[in-house]
Amino acid sequence: MGIEIIKAKCTGCGLCLNECPVEAIRLVEGCAAIDEDVCTLCTACVSVCPYHAIRFEMPHMETPDLSAYQGVWVFAEQCRGSLHRVSFELLGEGRKLADARDTFLAAVLFGDGVTSLADELIARGADRVYLLDDPKVADFRDDLYGTALAALAAQQKPEIILAGATPVGRAFIPRVAAELRTGLTADCTELHIDAAGHLAQTRPAFGGNIMATIVTRRHRPQMATVRYKVMREAEAQAGRSGEVIAVSVPERSLVSRVKVVESIVREGIGVNLVDADIIVSGGGGLGNPENFALIQDLADALGGAVGATRSAVDKGWIDYANQIGQTGKTVCPKLYVAVGISGAIQHIVGMKTSEKLLAINRDPHAPIFRLADYGLVGDLFDILPKLTADIRRLRAAGRNPAEAFTS
Amino acid sequence: MDIIVCIKQVPDTTDVKINPQTNTLVRDGVRSIINPFDLYAIEEGLRLREAHGGRVTVLTMGPPQARVALEEAIAMGADDAVLISDRAFAGSDTLATSYALARAIIHHGAFDLILTGKQASDGDTAQVGPGIAVHLLLPQAAFVRRVQEVGPRHVVVERMTECGHDIVRLPLPCLLSVVKEISTPRYTSFMGKVRAKRSNIPVWSAVDIGCDLQRLGLEGSPTWVDRIFTPPMRQGSEPLVATEANIAHIAQSLQQELKELWASK
Repeated sequence: MGIEIIKAKCTGCGLCLNECPVEAIRLVEGCAAIDEDVCTLCTACVSVCPYHAIRFEMPHMETPDLSAYQGVWVFAEQCRGSLHRVSFELLGEGRKLADARDTFLAAVLFGDGVTSLADELIARGADRVYLLDDPKVADFRDDLYGTALAALAAQQKPEIILAGATPVGRAFIPRVAAELRTGLTADCTELHIDAAGHLAQTRPAFGGNIMATIVTRRHRPQMATVRYKVMREAEAQAGRSGEVIAVSVPERSLVSRVKVVESIVREGIGVNLVDADIIVSGGGGLGNPENFALIQDLADALGGAVGATRSAVDKGWIDYANQIGQTGKTVCPKLYVAVGISGAIQHIVGMKTSEKLLAINRDPHAPIFRLADYGLVGDLFDILPKLTADIRRLRAAGRNPAEAFTS
Repeated sequence: MDIIVCIKQVPDTTDVKINPQTNTLVRDGVRSIINPFDLYAIEEGLRLREAHGGRVTVLTMGPPQARVALEEAIAMGADDAVLISDRAFAGSDTLATSYALARAIIHHGAFDLILTGKQASDGDTAQVGPGIAVHLLLPQAAFVRRVQEVGPRHVVVERMTECGHDIVRLPLPCLLSVVKEISTPRYTSFMGKVRAKRSNIPVWSAVDIGCDLQRLGLEGSPTWVDRIFTPPMRQGSEPLVATEANIAHIAQSLQQELKELWASK
C-alpha cells in the first residue's frame, strides 16, 4: 500500500484523525496509525499534516503518448430546440482552457432540427461545432447519447470534454467515460491547466466540507461535468466564424430499446429552482403551509424562486421539487434568503455556495447567522411583509426615480 | 423479479458538527450509515419484490466493517447480501469501483433489475451507477422518482428532469438510479435484525469475482487526487435586530446587491 506514517516525524497531534473521512486513523502510543483495511487512499490526511509525517507514493506508471489527442470539447445541451445556459458557461471556460493548451474549442450538439443553434455556439467562442442532427437523438436517452458521444470521441480524440452537471449531463457523461475507460470528475467548480499541461479539476467532496483537485494523467480525454452557474458565460461576438461539421456516427451506436413516452413540464412554484438567481427558502419556523404565501410574496418582489428545507417538505407543506439540501437540490444563486431556517448541516450543504446570504430567524444564536452576510433577528411574520413592501418600493423607484419622491 | 441493490456505507453527516471557533468540521466519532439515497433504492426493491415476487440482493464494496450496512439492509427485509472486500480495491475511483461491482454482479448470476441511489452523500459523484450499467451493457434511467409499471420484460418509470419529468419505458434487465421521492424507507424489524445477525454474508475478493487486477485500485483509476484542502468557510456578519429601520437598511443592501441583475431582466 502507498501510504505510511513516518513515526520519527509524527507528534501525535491528531489533526489527521479529524481529517480522515473514513476514520481509518487512530493514535497508538502517541503516534498515528492507519488501518489499511479501512483507508481508501483519499490522501486527505497527507495535506493536513503540518509535520509532513504521512508519506504517500503513487505507484509508478508509464505515461503513454497522448499527443494524438487535440482540442477542447463542450457538450452543448439543448432542450426542445433551445440551448441550456450552462452551455454558454462551458464555452466561456472551454475557451480559456483551449487557449491555455493552444488548441481549438469545439461544441458538440445533438438533437433533431437543431442545426440553427450552431451559429450561437460559434458566436460564443466555438471554433467548430460537431453536429448530430438526427430524429434518433430527439429525446434524451442515456444509453444512446452515451454511445454516440463515446463513438465520436473515439473517432476524433479530443483531449478534454466538458459537460454541464445537469440531470442530463450527470446521467450520461459517466457512461461516456466508462465506455472510453477514461477519467471523469463530477460537478467541478474550478478548472485550469496545470504546469504539466493536465486539466486540474477542483470540486467539493465529502458533502462540500473539503475541496479536492483531481487530475487524469495517463488517460485521454480528460472529462469533467461542471456545476451550473459557477463559471462565467461566454459573450456572443458578432461576426465570429467557425466550422459546422455534420458528424456521422456508426448506425450501431444509435440503437436503443429505451423509449421516452412523454415529457411533462411542471408548472407552478419551484420550477427551475436550480436556474434561479434569487431563492427565498422557508423552513420549520413557518409553522404551517399557508405561510409559504409570505415566502412567495418576497420571492415575487425580488424576482426569485421558492425553496424549502427538508422539514418543511416532510411535513407536506411544499413539494419535494422545492427541497434544497443534502437529499434535495444543490443551488448557488446570487442571493439566498433563509427564512425560519436554523441552519442544519444537511440544508447548508445545498446552498452554501450562494453568493450572498440573508438569514431571518427568531433565534440570534441560530447557526445560519454564522454564515449569513445579512441577518435579521425577529419574528418572520413581522419582518416578511415589511421587507417585501420595502423591496417593492425600492424596485419601483429604481424603474422610475420620480416615484421615490411620491411615496 | 430478481433485484440487485448496490449500496455504500458513508459517514453520517448529521453527526458532523461545526467548531464555532474555527468554523471547521469536527468529525470525531462520526457513525457510519447506509448512504441515505440507497435507503430509497432498498425500499423500492422490497416493494417491487412484494408486488412481483423474486429476491432482493444487496451488494456493497468496502472494508470488512461495511458488513454492518448489509446487515441493516437484511434487517429491512432484503433476502441476501454480498460484500466485496479486498485491499486491491483501495484507491479505486468511480471507474474502477463500477468495474468491480459489475464483476460482482456477473459472478452473482442472472437478475432483472439493478437499483442504486442517485449518488452517495460523501462523494456526490453519481457516476458509479451509470458505470455499472456500461460495464454490463445495460440501458439505464437516472433520477427515477416512480416505477409506474412492471411487465415481464419491461418497466415504465418517471425520471426527474430540470423542469418536470419524463415517462420512460426501458427493457429488462436495466439499471435505475432513484431519488428520495420514490419511497419512504421502512424501519428495520426485530425479526429482521435477528435474521441479519444469523445470515451468512459472503465476502468476495477481487480474484473471486474474476477482476483484472490492473483495472482496480490506484493503478486502475484514471483520476488521481492531486490535492485536498479545506475551503475557506464563509464568515457571517453580526445579525441585526429587526427594527423597521434595520429592515429598510437590509432592503437597501439587497437592492445594491441585485441592481445589475434587475437591470438585465
